Amino acid sequence: MIEIKNIHKTFAKQKVLDGVNMFVDQGSSTALIGTSGGGKSVILKILLGLIEPDEGEVFIDNVKVSHRDPGRTLSRIGMLFQGSALFDSLPVWQNICFKFLKGTEKLSGKDAKELAIQNLEKVGLNYKVANKFPADLSGGMKKRVALARAIVGNPKIILFDEPTTGLDPIMTNTINSLIREIVETMDVTALTITHDISSVQQISDNVALLASGRIQWEGKAKELKGSKDPYVFQFINGKHNGPINVN
Amino acid sequence: MKVLRNLGQRVNVSLNKIGKVTDFIISIFLNLVTPPIYGREILKAFYQIGWMSLPVLGLTALFTGGALALQIYAGGSRFNAEQVVPAIVAIGMARELGPVLGGLIVAARVASSIAAEIGTMKVTEQLDALITLSTNPIKYLVVPRVLAATLSLPALIAIGDSIGILGGYLVGINRLDFSSSTYLASTASMLQISDISSGIIKGVFFGFIISLSGCFSGFYASNGAEGVGKATKSAVVAACVFILATNYILTEAFFNS
Repeated sequence: MIEIKNIHKTFAKQKVLDGVNMFVDQGSSTALIGTSGGGKSVILKILLGLIEPDEGEVFIDNVKVSHRDPGRTLSRIGMLFQGSALFDSLPVWQNICFKFLKGTEKLSGKDAKELAIQNLEKVGLNYKVANKFPADLSGGMKKRVALARAIVGNPKIILFDEPTTGLDPIMTNTINSLIREIVETMDVTALTITHDISSVQQISDNVALLASGRIQWEGKAKELKGSKDPYVFQFINGKHNGPINVN
Repeated sequence: MKVLRNLGQRVNVSLNKIGKVTDFIISIFLNLVTPPIYGREILKAFYQIGWMSLPVLGLTALFTGGALALQIYAGGSRFNAEQVVPAIVAIGMARELGPVLGGLIVAARVASSIAAEIGTMKVTEQLDALITLSTNPIKYLVVPRVLAATLSLPALIAIGDSIGILGGYLVGINRLDFSSSTYLASTASMLQISDISSGIIKGVFFGFIISLSGCFSGFYASNGAEGVGKATKSAVVAACVFILATNYILTEAFFNS
């Protein structure tokens, strides 16, 4: 369960978040949509404890997220970064099991490699990929390896930051299907940031629209396209004029 | 008013940067003394910073020692003091040229490489990924590099001093008609332990400055490839300037003592 209460954040005199309130129920999948530069990734970084909000509080499974001690909540979270954020100097299997090799929970190299291969199979990649380096992988494969890394510790919450950006439609569909499958089979709470409306329908139960620093609309994913809300209408139809300031 | 406002903004930016550097240094020392210790990362850093710097440092020292011998001979011959060549090559290499040139060469090679590596990790969110994987980036990336540079540089400087003196010796006996025994005896009699130790102590400071510049610039890199380029440039410039300034302060301190 994720609870965001009245979050404010300003960067260099520019107010990015202006009282964001949001609730993601246990076991549900929510998509956070909004304009580029609108503060969606900032919300994810606040959830991870990487950025401290100016005001407000965030709770992960009723535990308050602390910027000074993010470890308390990070152990429950898996994160898929927008650009995959794989470590270039390490082979795929060490990337996947990094937290079991270098972090606080230790596994032997042999066990870690076996665990990495099991998780590679979950995302549709075979064991041969385990010894490759990130530079040898395509964009879609990198995303899947990053997805394997995000799920390896059986997290209770998974955050996806624009998981299909830069991928072709076929790979986008593959990644979306994997995300949906993972959310259902692992019974995790998922929060996905995306611009892609078709992805929203495919991977999420609920949607929240962030604009002008606040959540302007919340509802079911299937209600999105038929919504008469002016913010939703402007966003999904890509209109320049409307309540969302696009300048 | 505009001039005052601009001045105020610059002072504010400078003070902010000093605060960030101080915070970074404190964080390094705190993480240095608390577990976990990433032994493999430390060994890797020693190999990359210490061992891999040896060829370029050795060549620099060899040619500098040789050139120094020629220059001192040319200068000394104006007042019949050619015999001072071995002593001045040895003292000059050990006290000044070895540490300073060694520091600058390693700064160019290592500070740039550290800043580019950590900067790329920063702009591609790999540093954030480390935190989400329960790993402290300061402990995992910065501490091994600072430790390796601070401890490697004194050893590199000692080796560089020896190679520099060897360069002077080779030029002395092959080009300047010194006999091998005279040259070696003169070097041994004039070179004191304090000459060598002052250079090695400088190496400790220079190693810390080089690694700190590289790590700090990389850690605060932003704006993609351009930001990494700027971070790399500022790491090398800062390392070189602080090495030269620290060298003067340390030389003054050694001179007075």
